[in-house]
Amino acid sequence: MWTWFYKLASPPYVYRVAAAFAPWLLGLAAIAIGYGLIDGLVFAPPDYQQGDAFRIIYVHAPSAWMSLSAYTVMAVAGAIALIWRIKVGHAVAAASAPIGASFTLAALATGSLWGRPMWGTYWAWDPRLTSELILLFLYVGVMALRPAFEDAGRGDRAAALLAIVGLVNVPIVHYSVQWWNSLHQGATVAKFGRPEMDPSMLWPLLSMLLGFTMFYAGVLCIRLRGEILNRERSAAWVREAIAS
Amino acid sequence: MTVGAWAAMSLIVRRELCLSFRRPGQVLQPLVFFLIVTTLFPLSLSPQLSLLRDMAPGVLWVAALLSSLLSLDSLFKSDADDGTLEQLAICGQELSLIVIAKAAAHWLVSGAALVVISPLVGVALGIPTSAFATMMLSLALGTLTLSWLGAIGAGLTVGLRRGNVLLSLIVLPLAMPLLIFGANATDRAIGGTSPAGPLYFLAALCVFTCTLAPFAATAALRITLE
Repeated sequence: MWTWFYKLASPPYVYRVAAAFAPWLLGLAAIAIGYGLIDGLVFAPPDYQQGDAFRIIYVHAPSAWMSLSAYTVMAVAGAIALIWRIKVGHAVAAASAPIGASFTLAALATGSLWGRPMWGTYWAWDPRLTSELILLFLYVGVMALRPAFEDAGRGDRAAALLAIVGLVNVPIVHYSVQWWNSLHQGATVAKFGRPEMDPSMLWPLLSMLLGFTMFYAGVLCIRLRGEILNRERSAAWVREAIAS
Repeated sequence: MTVGAWAAMSLIVRRELCLSFRRPGQVLQPLVFFLIVTTLFPLSLSPQLSLLRDMAPGVLWVAALLSSLLSLDSLFKSDADDGTLEQLAICGQELSLIVIAKAAAHWLVSGAALVVISPLVGVALGIPTSAFATMMLSLALGTLTLSWLGAIGAGLTVGLRRGNVLLSLIVLPLAMPLLIFGANATDRAIGGTSPAGPLYFLAALCVFTCTLAPFAATAALRITLE
């Protein structure tokens, strides 16, 4: 187990592993998202209150879920890199940030499109929405801090530390609907006991969640390869890998 | 010569205060900025006191936040420029204690000063005197928390040539909860309801950052110094 862990610290190994995993992850993502979209948008029954408008949940909820997961991946990878001085961790964090920021933007955009027919407004200064917006700003801050340093290693460490500090916002986003009286609806899936959703609506949502996660992981692998190539551009193995 | 931790911290606080009073501009400018920004709102929105009173908590807090940001830049900057920071880092004392002392001194000359002049702004914005205690308490807790958050941001950006904008970009999102609870507490005090809830939240945030932010700020400084 430890040897595997040590192997993961080696950029050439990760570069190869990411290449091997990416097509499988993206393939799985295509299947899961394809099933989720067809079943969710066509076959699932309309909501008894929201009608067909609820169907945006199949994009909104997975995006929001990924916005938090990608941030956590970024912060944990940064922490691993800081603590054990594993450079690949910084590459993972750098690769994860733009994807997570895009998911955050997608969650905010789909949420506001959903809010217009349901709440009568595109935007409300609600705890859930505000904390998600702060999450976007945190992503922007981390992404702006990294290239601001002339020394790349220093920028990496500074960005990792900021990501770890910003991690306090993640539980706030998640629990904001429970802690405050929010306009946003409460949790539907991540609940102990029975989820508050009919199976005919729930299965496509779970499939979309899985699909989005696989999509994130696949894109992360591709971006990670790019990051590693860029960071190791003066290393001998990169020249060999590109030549072959 | 070795000195104890407390002695070292009090020496640093005294040094910071002494430096601040030798360069009064550095202390006064953010305060003047605070006063000017709050003056802008009645001029641009409406000088009607009843209307001002509704906006007063928000105006007060936004102005306080912005003026605190102005002074954050200087928290480590001059010491980093002339090498004092490196000397402090290798002087044998725990760097986190030094960071605590510096942040505390920074709060004394920026945050505490802001709290002291806040009644002046309160009167100008039509906040009733009955709400002054809450306003000052919330500002005291809020600026103290902000000094800690700012220490993290300042530590991260101290080595950068154009760190000022980045510093705001980093600190402002983290400071948003302060703004929400601080303005809410003041608002409730003006409306005559109990401000205890948001004040407790502010106090909790303050304790949270007081205990954890020194470590983060120290780690940030180590990254920039190494």
